[in-house]
Amino acid sequence: MSELDQLRQEAEQLKNQIRDARKACAEATLSLRLHTTLTQGHLAKIYAMHWGTDSRLLVSASQDGKLIIWDSYTTNKVHSIPLYSFWVMTCEYAPSGNYLACDGLDNICSTYSLKTGEGNVHVSHELAGHTGYLSCFQFLDDNQIVTSSADTTCACGALKRASRQPPFTGHTGDVMSLSLAPNTRLFVSGACDASAKLWDVPKGMCRQTFTGHESDINGICFFPKNNAFATGSDDATCRLFDLRADQELMTYSHDNIICRITSVSFSKSGCLLLTGCLGVTDDGMVVATGSWDSFLKIWN
Amino acid sequence: AGSGDVRTPLIPALRRQRQIEDIITKMQDDKTGGVPIRTVKSFLSKIPSVVTGTDVVQWLMKNLSIEDPVEAIHLGSLIAAQGYIFPISDHVLTMKDDGTFYRFQAPYFWPSNCWEPENTDYAIYLCKRTMQNKARLELADYEAENLARLQRAFARKWEFIFMQAEAQVKIDRKKDKTERKILDSQERAFWDVHRPVPGCVNTTEMDIRKCRRLKNPQKVKKSVYGVTEESQSQSPVHIPSQPIRKTTKDDIRKQITFLNAQIDRHCLKMSKVAESLIAYTEQYVEYDPFITPAEPSNPWISDDITLWDIEMSKEPSQQRVKRWGFSFDEILKDQVGRDQFLRFLESEFSSENLRFWLAVQDLKKQPLQDVANRVEEIWQEFLAPGAPSAINLDSHSYEITSQNVKDGGRYTFEDAQEHIYKLMKSDSYARFLRSSAYQDLLLAKKKGKSLAGKRLTGLMQSS
Repeated sequence: MSELDQLRQEAEQLKNQIRDARKACAEATLSLRLHTTLTQGHLAKIYAMHWGTDSRLLVSASQDGKLIIWDSYTTNKVHSIPLYSFWVMTCEYAPSGNYLACDGLDNICSTYSLKTGEGNVHVSHELAGHTGYLSCFQFLDDNQIVTSSADTTCACGALKRASRQPPFTGHTGDVMSLSLAPNTRLFVSGACDASAKLWDVPKGMCRQTFTGHESDINGICFFPKNNAFATGSDDATCRLFDLRADQELMTYSHDNIICRITSVSFSKSGCLLLTGCLGVTDDGMVVATGSWDSFLKIWN
Repeated sequence: AGSGDVRTPLIPALRRQRQIEDIITKMQDDKTGGVPIRTVKSFLSKIPSVVTGTDVVQWLMKNLSIEDPVEAIHLGSLIAAQGYIFPISDHVLTMKDDGTFYRFQAPYFWPSNCWEPENTDYAIYLCKRTMQNKARLELADYEAENLARLQRAFARKWEFIFMQAEAQVKIDRKKDKTERKILDSQERAFWDVHRPVPGCVNTTEMDIRKCRRLKNPQKVKKSVYGVTEESQSQSPVHIPSQPIRKTTKDDIRKQITFLNAQIDRHCLKMSKVAESLIAYTEQYVEYDPFITPAEPSNPWISDDITLWDIEMSKEPSQQRVKRWGFSFDEILKDQVGRDQFLRFLESEFSSENLRFWLAVQDLKKQPLQDVANRVEEIWQEFLAPGAPSAINLDSHSYEITSQNVKDGGRYTFEDAQEHIYKLMKSDSYARFLRSSAYQDLLLAKKKGKSLAGKRLTGLMQSS
């Protein structure tokens, strides 16, 4: 047997061992009910949206080539930023409210500075390096941003020096989404290889891998406490994974759900898991949904 | 997922379509309690083979155990938007819970047949509609515009299209009158899905992010009207996903290291983990505005922003203070909580721990060019021999940190920070919770509530 085959065999044996060990831990089952589906209106396309940490301002990106920042409470537009490209797939607000980031089909993450003296918004930095479109990013702070891309990697880039650590590799499919853990420098990513991975930013490595989904994972979100996270997938299920148990806790699915799940978000206590194209505010008061019908709706 | 084997991508759209088709088939099965399909007498003629919106909604609620009619209507609309059932008098595909008439789509036109009709087909369709002198086949405004546009685009082969349209009209004429009514409406519904009314979502459009992956290599281009023509343009070539690299020995070695780490990892039982998550949600449920109404009121509902004013003020509410006691992280997260804790530590002359922790948090957010300086400052302030705010580290931790400082990066003090965090948590934090400072705050609002109330009403009266 060649060395390659021997190694393969060794890997298989380890996997079987792990599977048995996990089974031994899986002696309990949870059961939960599906809460009501929130109906959505439909018209033109919003591709992405994100709340600011003040739970009032939110940014939306639409296929009309604009980023709009809304004061969701008064429904006034605070900024309207025309983009170079019509193909925006995701947008993000820095926790400080000072920066916005968005991507285009050019695989570059452009950040916009919002608090310039002059009052107009312009591009402050550009982060290149990915060789596939950017599916998601989140600001760690005003100087660092974590990105995920269709080139199957994630990366952590520093804005002001436009440099980056070596990328986080490991996924074998487009990485569609990521979520930062509350209070720590960890994040999880979900990809088209149907797996989710937990990454350690300071150490630059993958700590754990979670499988179970049958198809692309489109959305991922940490539980309010950083021990668990939920994923939404093309297989029309959501799953809850726990870091300490190192496996899937349960699957949420329903015969009446006939669509793929694109985004998930927890309510403040973690009691409710909302799915769709949406985001829950930091203070947990409302959820905003954005849709291909060009409308953003705020629900509570 | 296997290691390095080629996974045939599941086609979620197909799975979804099969689900809908199951529902639709059951709905039409009158032997097992399907929806009543009738011919309705109208003014001068009969309307064949229809069902009402209400009947559909009722059926969905009964057979899919849906309690809320709104959810059933939503599901019905989704099924309609995909083109499996359609309103006979409207191009817009939604479901209404009333006497509106709907018809089921013919399996020939089902989306699962992988239709991607070309514009030539659409042109033939619109063209033949203009050839038939029937009020019900008159073109809508947007259809007339589409036809005009297609005539310009296909100017050179319009004669061919015209001939195909005539041929279709001939075929149609041979059919029975009632059958034609039904087929015409089904054909129109098919085009409503693939060439929707402006303003409607095109449900056949794929998420652009998934487009580039080879979805269905078996898909064969076919024409709705059986038109075969050499000059018909080929469909754009699908760019296959990134070619799979052959796994090397190195890849597998890495995998083995990873798997070994996984086995060695101590993992908790699911029951314990589930208990802990449930305990968390139970504790925080009162802080979740989706479940427990916010006090005094949720500004989004009542339009009264008192709640936000209270949160911005320096005086924390009792609920907020209570939360600081849930975990050490809670008090560290809250600005007001941190201030209170800092004040308490100052009274005990041990504030250097918290100040160190905060300085290290801040360091991690600094731009790269400032990092080296900050590292030096923190070292001098808290750790260097003779430091003004010396913190207490064990010798091992001190060793590691002094080594790290030489390279001065964002995570230089990670080890030290963790040590100090644990120290504060087990020692100072526990004492803080027992302290009169904290206890007073916890109870303070009970005393001060009436005062605050009076103050507010005072304000309102004077304005």
